[in-house]
Amino acid sequence: MTRLTRRAALGAGSATLVLALAPTSRATPKDVEAAMADILKGRVPRPGRIKLDIPRLAESGLNVSLDVSVESPMTEADHVTTIHLLAEQNPLPAIARYHFSPRSGRASVSTRIRLADSQIVTALCEMNDGSVWIDRAEVVITIMACGLEPT
Amino acid sequence: MATIRVRLQKQARAGDIVTVRTLIQHPMETGFRRDETGKLFARNILKDFTCHYDGAVVFRAEFFPAVAADPFLAFHFVATRSGPVELRWTEDSGAVFSETMQIDVS
Repeated sequence: MTRLTRRAALGAGSATLVLALAPTSRATPKDVEAAMADILKGRVPRPGRIKLDIPRLAESGLNVSLDVSVESPMTEADHVTTIHLLAEQNPLPAIARYHFSPRSGRASVSTRIRLADSQIVTALCEMNDGSVWIDRAEVVITIMACGLEPT
Repeated sequence: MATIRVRLQKQARAGDIVTVRTLIQHPMETGFRRDETGKLFARNILKDFTCHYDGAVVFRAEFFPAVAADPFLAFHFVATRSGPVELRWTEDSGAVFSETMQIDVS
């Protein structure tokens, strides 16, 4: 009987992961660019007012906590209308969209997401004056959410 | 019926920004997952969430398959007057899950 070494077991494990992922198409940074272009419609996003808070290292891609918030007085004259979250290595670029009005009081959301692999997560926000703001964060996943499987 | 948990303060002053924390039990089946035979599990996610309060939708979210199972969401609204705060999740199937909380505003 051959002894199952840790290395062999890990190797077999990653082979299965690759197979499991093979039939699933992935979004590419290009798909994210396309998704962003749909949102931006020619506008150029600036860094600054929006902040994406997400761990740099996550053990599992099945459940990654994040906070996203925008500095805004949330008045009729100056407020956030939408926050978009995008992933470049998931099967779909869109993660979630949040819609606000002055009655939301604060443009800040916390949630938990799935990441199919280590990748850059993008947060974009649109203001009522038409300006767009961006923040990005790279997340390294040590165990992939293969095929974006739920638990 | 999905189990829904909501945390929202019972009392607030008019003008206060209050925080809502919600968790709803749901598999959020992505539509990208396959069984042993290679057949895809049909997508079944909660795709839309709204918070209705004092005559308006004060916050709305759209979910995609990348939202983790048992979606957790924390968000805010401005307390204006006493009344119900209704949270509503809509599934791909059209099924609606909802929970209503009461807030007293002075």
